[in-house]
Amino acid sequence: MRHVYRFFIYLFLTVMGLIMFLPFLWMFLSAFKTSAEVTASPPVWIPSSFSLINFQLAFEKAPFLRYFINSVVVMISSVLVTTVTSILAAFAFSRLRFPGRQTLFSMLLSMMMIPFEMLIITNYTTVIDLGIYDTIWALILPFTSSIFYTYILKNFFDTVPESLYWSARIDGASNWHYLWRVMVPMARPSLTTVILLNALASWNSFMWPMYVIIKDTNRTLPWGLQVFTTEAGSNPEQQMAASTVVVLPMIILFLFARKYIVGGVARGGLKG
Amino acid sequence: MRVRLDHVTKRFGSFTAVEDFNATLEDGELVCLLGPSGCGKSTLLNMLSGILPLTEGKIWFDKDDVTKVPPEKRGVGLVFQNYALYPHLTVQDNICFPLETQRVPKKDRIEQAQEIAKLVHVDMLMHRRPGELSGGQQQRVAIARALIKNPRLLLLDEPLSNLDARLRLEMREEIRRIQQRTKVTAVFVTHDQEEALAISDRIILMKNGITQQNDLPQALYDNPANQFVASFLGNPPINYIPGRMQDGAFLADGAAEPIRMPIFHGVPDGKKVVLAVRSEAFTTEENGPIPAEVSRVYTMGKEEMAWLQIGDIEFRAYIDNEEGLVPGKQIRLNVRRRGVFVFDPESGERLA
Ligand SMILES: Nc1ncnc2c1ncn2[C@@H]1O[C@H](COP(=O)(O)OP(=O)(O)OP(=O)(O)O)[C@@H](O)[C@H]1O
Ligand SMILES: [Mg+2]
Repeated sequence: MRHVYRFFIYLFLTVMGLIMFLPFLWMFLSAFKTSAEVTASPPVWIPSSFSLINFQLAFEKAPFLRYFINSVVVMISSVLVTTVTSILAAFAFSRLRFPGRQTLFSMLLSMMMIPFEMLIITNYTTVIDLGIYDTIWALILPFTSSIFYTYILKNFFDTVPESLYWSARIDGASNWHYLWRVMVPMARPSLTTVILLNALASWNSFMWPMYVIIKDTNRTLPWGLQVFTTEAGSNPEQQMAASTVVVLPMIILFLFARKYIVGGVARGGLKG
Repeated sequence: MRVRLDHVTKRFGSFTAVEDFNATLEDGELVCLLGPSGCGKSTLLNMLSGILPLTEGKIWFDKDDVTKVPPEKRGVGLVFQNYALYPHLTVQDNICFPLETQRVPKKDRIEQAQEIAKLVHVDMLMHRRPGELSGGQQQRVAIARALIKNPRLLLLDEPLSNLDARLRLEMREEIRRIQQRTKVTAVFVTHDQEEALAISDRIILMKNGITQQNDLPQALYDNPANQFVASFLGNPPINYIPGRMQDGAFLADGAAEPIRMPIFHGVPDGKKVVLAVRSEAFTTEENGPIPAEVSRVYTMGKEEMAWLQIGDIEFRAYIDNEEGLVPGKQIRLNVRRRGVFVFDPESGERLA
């Protein structure tokens, strides 16, 4: 009985896995097809040759390299700054004692309920007021702190025994030294999670760049891809090649780091 | 370094954890803070290390008032009950940590760590992490880390409580040895009376945040200030015989013969008292004043430990007995002078 039950569970998971996976496979294979193959009916799965011509053509039609660099720059800066600000905030909320600490943290948490879409208009006017509209700064500055990542890190910091902190203080460490020498290295799994989630979110971010970026050379990959797809509507094989370039780095990153992502979110959610 | 605690009081809200604590720790002394769980030992230690602020009173390190000095400036070493080693650092980095914050050059740090590690016998484990050490090894690393900065005061909060019985015995000798070698003034917290008696120069016994007695270990045992002190020390625990004073002698409830001892002078006649007798203070005597019945006997080498019945109270006594005791036998007991005390049954105050 148990075996039959297990069999169906695995069958179900396999089928669902395939359903999730097939579109990616289709995209990847189509990137190598000729335009006849990609529109053939009944559909052809395996391309006749794995030539890179579609990639070359796509890269000629739109500055994908530029998009790629923009995406990388935005991702790295926002991940770097967000991680640092989240670490500092999490440490303050977890370890330092100041009046209003609990209230302030609850307020921040309740703000997580507000969807980003609601903030777009205010953020938009702020960006215009700052004079950074249609620059790469508009993509970085609004993403330099995060309540959610602060929350994950705080939950981890809360599990570090207080005696470690006092031990370090007695041994002459300042809060700053303790944070970077003890807390942060110990939080490596949670930090990895935060960095990966953040990188993923930044890489895939689409709506915000669409609002604040006009100039072609300031676009990031998802927004550039969107424009390219509308322009290259008649060449699905080139669209697929461009999409592959956008998605592949994140898939590779995810494959290497998925155990951190799942583990860290589970851990961060345990307490509080 | 000489440490003086002057009217130290700690309150948490309306709850008083430590009340009007006064003591002086002489240079190079190892003092035990002894007392049941919750009596304020850790609270006191945390005030000495600067983790907790005092509600009232002052703490002096030699001539300096350190009451308001933060922990990092006090120059104390603290070994936590759970050791508080940094799990991500190697033994060597753990031991070096206090020097690292003082910006001692790396080469010197490692040299000193090596030296101190030898002293506590962990020099072979320098590149392991705390998770790869046994409890006893972790404890020694914690002690090494506390010692490396040459603390003026070494504080140990129940450092042996996580260890098994054999390791505890070994470790307490080791702590004593290290303390005597380094001549550091030390405070050792424990709730184990045997541990305290074995290693300390002096014991401060506490109850509910109040000092009961501050004395030499032997004096605490031989000359308890009150009934709580008498009860807390000694294994098997001290025996109590309720009764009252009559004509300058003690008459146990239900007994015919009074016990006469010179120490009873000055205890008012007719007063209800409790006679406290250490297990080893009983003697058998043909016409002794205490009639008792033997209920169980354990042989322990040359002595016998007997469970005796006086009236309906059961108690334990070490009895040096040639005839051999058997259960059911009626015997007569007397008491020696040493190990006999008289307490007020209500207040626990020592009367004689
Ligand atoms: N932060 C605090 N807030 C309120 N009460 C506290 C606090 N810290 C300690 N106490 C109380 O103070 C008393 C003394 O605590 P302390 O930790 O000093 O006991 P202890 O003698 O070290 O006991 P143990 O042997 O169990 O470690 C206890 O009753 C405890 O509940
Ligand atoms: Mg304690």
